[in-house]
Amino acid sequence: MNTLMADGGAKSGDATELPRGISVAGTGKRYAGVPVLNDINLTIAEGEIHGILGENGAGKSTLLKIIGGAVTADSGSICLNGKKVKIATPRDSIAHGISLISQELSLIPNRTVLENVFLGRWANTAGLVTGRRDRDHFTTLIRETGFELDPDTVVSQLSIGHAQQVEILKALARGATILCMDEPTAVLNEMEKANLLRVIRRLSAAGTTIILVSHYLEEVLEVCTRVTILRDGAHISTADASEHTPASLVSLMVGREVDYLVPDLPPVTTGAATVLEVQGICSSTVQDISLTVRRGEILGLAGLVGSGRSETLLAVFGAEKVSAGSVAVNGQRIRANSIRDAIKAGIALVPESRKDQGLVMSRSVVENIALATLHIRSRAGFVRGAAEKKAVALMSTAVDLRGARPGSPIEGLSGGNQQKALFAKWLIHPPAVLLVDEPTRGVDVAAKTRIHKMIIDLAAKGTAVVVVSSELEEVIGLSHRINVMRRGRIVAEFDRNASRDDVMTSAFLK
Amino acid sequence: MTLKTATAPRTSSEPSEKRRFRPNLRDFGVTFGLAAIMLFLALNTTTFLTGQNFINLFDQAAVVGLLSAAAALCIISGVFDLSSTATLASSAIIGVMVTERFGVAAGFFGALLAGLVLGTITGLVVVGTKVNSFIGTLAISIIYRGLAIVLTGGAIVSPRADQIFAFQTWTWPSLFGLTAGSLLMLVTTIVLGIVLWRTTFGRRIYAVGGNQEAARLSGIRTGSIHVAVFAISGLCSAMAGMILASRAGSAQPSMALGVELTAIAAVVIGGTSILGGQGAMWRAFVGVMVLTVIGNGFNLLHWDTTYQQVVTGALILAAVAADGLFRKRSK
Repeated sequence: MNTLMADGGAKSGDATELPRGISVAGTGKRYAGVPVLNDINLTIAEGEIHGILGENGAGKSTLLKIIGGAVTADSGSICLNGKKVKIATPRDSIAHGISLISQELSLIPNRTVLENVFLGRWANTAGLVTGRRDRDHFTTLIRETGFELDPDTVVSQLSIGHAQQVEILKALARGATILCMDEPTAVLNEMEKANLLRVIRRLSAAGTTIILVSHYLEEVLEVCTRVTILRDGAHISTADASEHTPASLVSLMVGREVDYLVPDLPPVTTGAATVLEVQGICSSTVQDISLTVRRGEILGLAGLVGSGRSETLLAVFGAEKVSAGSVAVNGQRIRANSIRDAIKAGIALVPESRKDQGLVMSRSVVENIALATLHIRSRAGFVRGAAEKKAVALMSTAVDLRGARPGSPIEGLSGGNQQKALFAKWLIHPPAVLLVDEPTRGVDVAAKTRIHKMIIDLAAKGTAVVVVSSELEEVIGLSHRINVMRRGRIVAEFDRNASRDDVMTSAFLK
Repeated sequence: MTLKTATAPRTSSEPSEKRRFRPNLRDFGVTFGLAAIMLFLALNTTTFLTGQNFINLFDQAAVVGLLSAAAALCIISGVFDLSSTATLASSAIIGVMVTERFGVAAGFFGALLAGLVLGTITGLVVVGTKVNSFIGTLAISIIYRGLAIVLTGGAIVSPRADQIFAFQTWTWPSLFGLTAGSLLMLVTTIVLGIVLWRTTFGRRIYAVGGNQEAARLSGIRTGSIHVAVFAISGLCSAMAGMILASRAGSAQPSMALGVELTAIAAVVIGGTSILGGQGAMWRAFVGVMVLTVIGNGFNLLHWDTTYQQVVTGALILAAVAADGLFRKRSK
């Protein structure tokens, strides 16, 4: 029963009684001829919280999607409670009590919570919807999970954390006994995250199986019973979470030891000149923001999601309308609300969302990296192709960009490489001020280390950096100084030795 | 188990190698389609492969070709211009009116200037009001058609009798026997193609169409790009109007009614995605030629032209469906 993987030759071991739970055997998947999953054998027991870990591209999301019916495997079989089942479509998986909650939530934004929870299966009499039965059912579900949700709120008005709760309720309403969750905490703040983990434990205690794909190792170790590690589409290990440490997970994931913890930060030279000076900026989302960053200094902005960190960066960059206050770079005041002036003054912004704000996904790697500096490599309006190729090649090496030819669309790159490309775009013309929002969201461990080193090196060369991150370890480890934001204001300042607790306390309450 | 992990491919270069062969059908499928239709016509008619037929083909393609070139620019930048043929009618009418007063050359210049101004106004309105371009330009097209009626009182306008010969310049044969109108269309398409392909302006058009927010955060004035694109669209519409008026020897408010949709269809048939950020000028041209050659084929084969619309519609559907299919597969 506690054999975690069916070994290749162990087919004769039928003597054990039928295990409760889900298992995959010999599962493989190729995309355009490239194998992304190879002969995966894995059994997950009923009521277990099972973590699946791996770098980006390791195949963990694909495995989850195969179980969830969103993707069909090329080979292998799935057994549910010992019986072989066919899961080819999401409909099949729902029929077997399996629900997939992917990173992009699939809710209908303009409809209410109640309608979304019972989407497509509203209680009805001859096609006429009878709201009361659903409402009762909803109340039961709410009680079971401990969520606080108003059934009549329109989903588009919910925070991302609440929207995710709706998604979970939807799965439970369909009678799901196996919940497959892909990076459920990536977009949540600390409080929502803690809440979600609590619910996961509660569901598991009630017999629901949870399969969790996540990048956050601590969180996986905290909540999971067992952990499976994939690397390059192959099954590397499955073991009890208690046998692992973050470092052991990382070394299994990357297949080599990586100094996972935050790298050394060279101190700011004493008497370094102030590069970025922000005074009393106000906008619709932030109030009276003042901050200074010196040459070579990295300032971290911590706070909950929605506390105004990203908005502060956008305001400094001229991308969000500012009603008062000023921004100066090297003593030169910049015209407010002008992105172009901010760029001219040497400010660069690596935005929060690569997909929505950072990259033009349909265009090539070259075009994306060249986009912000087109004018410096043009003659009479024509792009100087050779100069462009050279500049981009140089930058790709500098940021260690791998995985695609420069001329192919950037959407073919992995998340980590896309993020590196975003940095490359602004490093062509070394910035005086670099504003970075969530530098490593959805990025694998190796790329994360690489990006951290890049930011630190840039600071060491004299750039003033402001880093925003929802990962506390990241902000604390990466910054010389930390400003904490709450409700659009800066409420506290800490130095590098601040503890997690200090920062969190001031972010939540003061 | 250990063996398996040791041999598992670690390089990420492999997927990109495979990727290289994927987009070919998508990229050139429509060109093969055009070639196939032309081959079919060449084998089944004696008249298709004649010089005169090609001169006719290009002349027929001139007006839609200009409108499609403009539509391609708009669609790639992420907007639709449904006002193009209304601009066409208004500027043609203004062109004729100026001709009556100040002569043919001034008339042509006036038409182009009118198109440029009307296009710029369209752009400023759409960008300024932040209305969805589809609805915005639809409303503007009604205004411009109305303007055309106001200018003419609903009647047909034509230049003075002694001006007609010169006014019909655009139907005259020029290089390779092609009509001047076809030549104007070809030159415009090539110039806009180069703009899109090689210039920083072209790069910005793709970026704005592909991801407007990313473009904005890269310091691109996305509004200015759209105004410029609408202005070019207006200019192209005026050229098309000039050719049409020159051919007819007159202009009227209902000129080229609905042809803006044919132009958009041609762009889509060529394989440019209506989602923006992708596509190319040659695609629009190939799309126009597909539509024109089909029309030409129906004539040459003496087929019942009542079926032509069914074929055209099916073709547009096929093109869009293929685009969606390739998009899905590449994910």
